[in-house]
Amino acid sequence: MISKSDNPKVLYGVLLGLAILAPLAIYPVFLMKVLCFALFASAFNLLLGYVGLLSFGHAAFLATGGYITGHILTQWGLSTELGIIFGTLAATALGYIFGKLAIRRQGIYFAMITLALAQLVFFLFVQAPFTGGENGLQGIPRGNLFGLISLQDNLSMYYFVLAIFIFGFALIQRTIHSPFGQVLKAIRENEPRAISLGYDVDKYKLLAFTLSAGLAGLAGSTKSVVFQLASLTDAHWHMSGEVVLMTLLGGVGTLFGPVVGAATVVSLQNYLAQGPLGSWVTVILGLIFVICVLAFRSGIVGEIQKFMRKNFE
Amino acid sequence: MTLTKKLLATAVMSAMAATSTLAQAGQYSDDEIRVAYLADMSGTYSALSGPGGLEAAKMAIEDIGGSINGKKITIVSADDQNKPDIGANKVRQWIDVDNIDMVAGMVASSVTIAVNKVVEQKNKISLVSGSAASSITNEYCTPNSIHWVYDTYALAHGTAKAVVQEGGKSWFMLTADYAFGHALERDVEKVVQENGGEIVDKVRHPFPTSDFSSFILQAQGSGAQVIGLANAGADTTNSLKTASEFGITQAGQKLAGLLIFLNDVHSLGLKVTQGLQLTTGFYWDRTEETRAWSQRYFERTGRMPTMVQAGVYSSLMHYFKAVQAADTDETQAVLQQMRDTPVNDFFAQNGKIRIDGRMVHDMYLAEVKKPADSTNEWDLYKVLRTIPGDEAYRPLSESQCKLVQK
Repeated sequence: MISKSDNPKVLYGVLLGLAILAPLAIYPVFLMKVLCFALFASAFNLLLGYVGLLSFGHAAFLATGGYITGHILTQWGLSTELGIIFGTLAATALGYIFGKLAIRRQGIYFAMITLALAQLVFFLFVQAPFTGGENGLQGIPRGNLFGLISLQDNLSMYYFVLAIFIFGFALIQRTIHSPFGQVLKAIRENEPRAISLGYDVDKYKLLAFTLSAGLAGLAGSTKSVVFQLASLTDAHWHMSGEVVLMTLLGGVGTLFGPVVGAATVVSLQNYLAQGPLGSWVTVILGLIFVICVLAFRSGIVGEIQKFMRKNFE
Repeated sequence: MTLTKKLLATAVMSAMAATSTLAQAGQYSDDEIRVAYLADMSGTYSALSGPGGLEAAKMAIEDIGGSINGKKITIVSADDQNKPDIGANKVRQWIDVDNIDMVAGMVASSVTIAVNKVVEQKNKISLVSGSAASSITNEYCTPNSIHWVYDTYALAHGTAKAVVQEGGKSWFMLTADYAFGHALERDVEKVVQENGGEIVDKVRHPFPTSDFSSFILQAQGSGAQVIGLANAGADTTNSLKTASEFGITQAGQKLAGLLIFLNDVHSLGLKVTQGLQLTTGFYWDRTEETRAWSQRYFERTGRMPTMVQAGVYSSLMHYFKAVQAADTDETQAVLQQMRDTPVNDFFAQNGKIRIDGRMVHDMYLAEVKKPADSTNEWDLYKVLRTIPGDEAYRPLSESQCKLVQK
């Protein structure tokens, strides 16, 4: 999608090829983490970038997906696919409730309501007996895919996660390019005008919010299976902030922005942690955010798009 | 029939012999001994473990000579940022890509439990020094992990028992309202009641809390002799500060801290913390050996070691000695050697590693000195008595660990 003139299919093909070959060069568990967060950030971007809604409570959906999947897999012993589906459904349902309440307000009030609701969910996860409190849900079994392929192996797990990511990403891509997506963009650009054109704006917003929450939940469910744990880190408001950082850094309102942003943030967290800069990870992330906001506001992918448009069209 | 049996037996025997020789006699993976240090290097717990613990680990490597039986020791370290997914992922990557043999350090219990699961799956060794949760050797125990320094059970039992026996019969519990606080509160209540004391009242505060005035006032009004602080980190320091502002100790009530480290007392100052009773696994100014080692540590870092940092050195040293004796870095052989040898160093005397992974050693009941009695910046505790290890830690008969046979 870098520019309209070249064929996106070629780009998708190349990226898919790279994704398939990536685990040969890079540690698969790290790649899976990138994919999970890329899906999470893309889901978030669907709201912020295409409807103009800044949710500050997306951690709640990530965590709900993770905890529900973890609980189902450890306690009920269902298969991995079912666990992930139930986790996603739970997050979707929660998203519907959040959305119902939050979309009545706009701007900063919308953000505060989502934050408040997410804090309620955080409290629930701290207190509820099934989450294991601050120790988290540990030792979630990876299980077998369709009862056949063992997911213990990092490579088969990676391709499973890749398939989930592609499903989520394709869903977002389709949503954005559908008539429904066009209406969402119209709402982002000028809400009163969309209302005057006869669109039931609240309905569109609610559907987009629920969809975004569900996809965030899917990311959380997948993540809990990959790492075999679900913890309070995912529910904490820091996580809601981190996803904003990923999206803005990569480029809000671009399809690939969140993916690039997630990859950047996760790599920094992972590779800076080791080495002499170990204790400076959070400071460096903060600095990068400041630089991004000051110098290149449209994010990495946004700047590349601008550059391409300026020079090649 | 007997012939086949005999043949089978011989085959099994020789197979076993083959595997056991494989595990011994100069076998080293990658011809190096690779250790890793994982801890919070920048956040809440970095002062009690963090970079100081890494320095302690490096001291252990230098003291053993940088190599064992001609095999070089290398160390990698990382900041887990107190996030279990980052910690577990880092360790998984270290094992899969960098082929490490063991990991030491580890603070936040969520990180530790997650890492221990990975370590068990991959059959490596983890030596936990930083974490408090007694569940690490209870419901979450693994055959590959050893919990070295202390746990919530020992802290609660040590402090509560001593305080009750000295006449502090009526208690008020100030508890952090999450699983860790509840567990600590339960342990304390049990000990207090068993020793003839009573819990007058209790209050649970949200986690985290910065304003403790109402809770401390409630504690003051309860008339209890002792105020037990079943919380940790910033919550504990905040409640101590508030208690000091309200003049709790001056008015005759006693404070019992259940999870307090040397660095907390150091940063809060003696004026705020004086008279506080606590249990610790290590105090630098206790014997000749502890002073000698701590002095060396002080020269490198400019701070006296917490029990966690001392424990990192002690646990790694014990590991290195086991590698030396077994002449291999193969996990099971080294673990066996570690379990068979009592831990005897500046940190512990006759410490023993139990089947559930608990390293049982003596704990110390200490009281924070009055400012007038302290001779220097780090002269903070007065050790009141030694709590024998078997008394301090959870007996195996109460264990829920899957490895303990009943």
